[in-house]
Amino acid sequence: MNNARENGACKNVGKREVTLTVNGEPESVLVYSMERLLDVLRNELRLTGTKEGCGEGECGSCAVLMNGKLVNSCLVPALQAAGANVTTIEGIAVGPKLSALQATFLEWGGAQCGICTPGMILASWQLLRQKPRPTLDDIREGLSGNLCRCTGYMQIFEAVMEAAARGSVE
Amino acid sequence: MTGEHIIGKSMPRREGRDKVTGAARYIDDITLPGMLYGATVRSRVSRGVIKTISFGDQVDWGDFVVVTAKDIPGKNCIALIGDDQPCLADGIVNHPEEPILLLAHADRHLLRKAVEAVLIEYEELPAVLTMEESELGAQVIWGADNVFRTFLIEKGDVDSVWENADYIVEGEYFTGAQEQLYIENNGMIASYDAQQGITVWGSLQCPYYVHKALMTLCNLPAEKVRVVQAETGGAFGGKEDYPSIIAGHATLLSMKSGCPVKIVYDRLEDMTATTKRHPSRTRHRTAVSEDGKILGGEIDFTIDGGAYATLSSVVLSRGVIHSGGPYHWPAVRVRGKAVATNMPPHGAFRGFGAPQSIFAMERHMDRIAQVVGLSPVEIRRRNFLQPGQSTITEQTIREEIDLRKLLDRALELSHYTAKKAEFSRQNASHAVKKGIGIASFLHGAGFTGSGERYLASVVGVEGCADGKVRVLASSTEFGQGTNTVLCQIAAEALHLPYDLVDIAQPDTNQVPNSGPTVASRTAMVVGSLVRSAAIGISQTLVASGMLNRSYTSEQFRSACQRYVAEHGQLRCYARYEAPPGIFWDDQKYRGEAYAAFAWAVYVAQVAVDLSTYTATVEDFVALQEVGRVLHPILAKGQIAGGVAQGIGFALYEKVLWKDGRMQNGQMTNYIMPTSADLPPIRVFFEENGNAHGAYGAKGIGELPMDGPAPAILNAMEDALRTRFDAVPLLPEDIFAALMANAHGGC
Repeated sequence: MNNARENGACKNVGKREVTLTVNGEPESVLVYSMERLLDVLRNELRLTGTKEGCGEGECGSCAVLMNGKLVNSCLVPALQAAGANVTTIEGIAVGPKLSALQATFLEWGGAQCGICTPGMILASWQLLRQKPRPTLDDIREGLSGNLCRCTGYMQIFEAVMEAAARGSVE
Repeated sequence: MTGEHIIGKSMPRREGRDKVTGAARYIDDITLPGMLYGATVRSRVSRGVIKTISFGDQVDWGDFVVVTAKDIPGKNCIALIGDDQPCLADGIVNHPEEPILLLAHADRHLLRKAVEAVLIEYEELPAVLTMEESELGAQVIWGADNVFRTFLIEKGDVDSVWENADYIVEGEYFTGAQEQLYIENNGMIASYDAQQGITVWGSLQCPYYVHKALMTLCNLPAEKVRVVQAETGGAFGGKEDYPSIIAGHATLLSMKSGCPVKIVYDRLEDMTATTKRHPSRTRHRTAVSEDGKILGGEIDFTIDGGAYATLSSVVLSRGVIHSGGPYHWPAVRVRGKAVATNMPPHGAFRGFGAPQSIFAMERHMDRIAQVVGLSPVEIRRRNFLQPGQSTITEQTIREEIDLRKLLDRALELSHYTAKKAEFSRQNASHAVKKGIGIASFLHGAGFTGSGERYLASVVGVEGCADGKVRVLASSTEFGQGTNTVLCQIAAEALHLPYDLVDIAQPDTNQVPNSGPTVASRTAMVVGSLVRSAAIGISQTLVASGMLNRSYTSEQFRSACQRYVAEHGQLRCYARYEAPPGIFWDDQKYRGEAYAAFAWAVYVAQVAVDLSTYTATVEDFVALQEVGRVLHPILAKGQIAGGVAQGIGFALYEKVLWKDGRMQNGQMTNYIMPTSADLPPIRVFFEENGNAHGAYGAKGIGELPMDGPAPAILNAMEDALRTRFDAVPLLPEDIFAALMANAHGGC
């Protein structure tokens, strides 16, 4: 995957092995200590559904679930993810069937350009796990760490409400 | 044939499944074998002469590819309207962050340090940093007088209106720069091959703009340049012109290194170096009769274009044409001017000049109301354009638009009258002051004046070997729903199910030039061409004898398969032709400025907490007439998204400048609205068929950007009885205005 020069003399100097579980699969990667979980997912594991929007924990595009908590993967050093259980957008749909949230985002206009969508769906997923019957204010608050520039959020709220009405996050 | 109509239904977003599963491939998700990463060394000064460039010895430069202006094979410019913007500065720099030199390396982690190790010495020159300094002309930084372009519109005899006026109302209004803030930063990959030429993939709105720029930059014929749009994570105008620069940079690095090169900006670079909405200043002087009728007036509209001409002349044009709002002006003189400063060039952003001049017009209407002693509602009602009357460019309104009815409905939906009375009663005794404000406006769809005729867009529709149909257009999807709506139109025209129609990825090797994806033109202009080309497919099949005039989708598929098997290919193209009777005078700026207008009345309710000076929008009603709504969910999403950006423009998003450089180029200190900041955005449509667009559609994308800022500031004035004539209006600005007011201002 990497090109010849990167695999040259300095290959792997200063790198460490990190093992973690991603979407249920055990993974082992060789990374710089301070490399971000975001880079591990995108560059090492080629799980490019996790996006980078700001690189400083503001926009939530890189949100993933780590040990059941929503985290911005751009702020998590790879070493901190050692041994962790990570779920990305690629782990949300099972086979060809969309999860309820993915289906309602699609049906209700919750995704426009799509770049915030993976993070937004994971944040919604986490919200519905904690509050299966959220109020509008719960949703407004629960998703306020995920920026969307396209929708004005209204159709995202509708998508989350509809997924909640369908009863199961999965 | 399916008896069902597809137009008017909310079909699933064509590429939606890939977006909700994370499978969609944006530019930074693509990696080519042997690919290098590129970075840009930029100017640290706002204006100066480059004296020396040296390379610090803390970096092993042996592994780096270095490109300067000397490596450009063709003309060192970004070809757009004029050719004044260099691709790489050569000797002089005219704004902070201007690209000077390019670096590439296989390990992207090494690039930041290398960029910092390039030492550039400048002889600094005095910089022009405001419109006022530019107008004074002590420093001439562009052309003979710092002026990129002027426009003059004259209707009627303005000079005679003053003596009969009962009131002369004056005002001056300002709007600030605004960052598009698409969540996906700009990025490009270029791959050069001596035989094939150059191919670029990228996050972009206008494949053929990039194509033209690369032909000029590299001195290559059209067939040696290929531009492909990757999935694009938001644009809003911000990916209209700047992608040509990044594509040029990646191309130069690829030509020099022989490897594919990816350049993806980080947020700071994207915010500080790329375009923003033009800051503006509008002056109104209006003659008004005793009963509140506009008799005539002068409007002076000036925008800050930054250091190079780029798109400023067209932004100015749209701003000028929209400056009179949806009102009847018996006489008006509008002077528009775009001036040069040593700032990074300002560019396209949703609304394209109209949000600036409409902000001024709508604040000014409330001022006129006050002076005359009428309500903001009544002053508008008395001045609305009626069918048969003409706009400031003397375009006769032939649409069946009833703005009074639209206004009444918006007032009803927002409970305007009751709320206004209630707030006025309660504000005296409450620390949180509430107010309600309105804005009424219009937005022209498509290119201005002769623009569409010059573009002469072409769209193709292809019947494929498997019997399915594919739309061929350079119109790009970046969230607004291009893919879905163009497929819907083709399916409707062919009486086929939506699932049998797909759309090609925009790729200049595969699709004709259907024009740029800008100016709210896609559904209306390109949509009409899709419809014509699609009808051409069924006519061809019928003429060949393979299909009856009336058919099932199965019969269509088998006829299409048979035709392709026998003839190799089934494609029909449609080219834009100006409707008859359209007149536009480019010299006098007079005539039919737009094929159609969208019309709207927005109502904002605000609350201002006087302990923190924080303003919050509590309710927002957006009512518009956009012709036929082709896809209710997409249309609603366009409006709500535009309103959210408008609320940001009004109350949150402030660019802080120092010596021409943005100081707050991060999402932590440039604040866009979050889900917790926004009110319910309540979207309503008044449907009205229109002969122009495909199935009656007019433009929709830019309209919602125009109304929120003035409606909100009108509501702020209602809440605080203080004039606010500039956006953005942040708590510190509210505080300052109230203090000035308390000390005898206003």
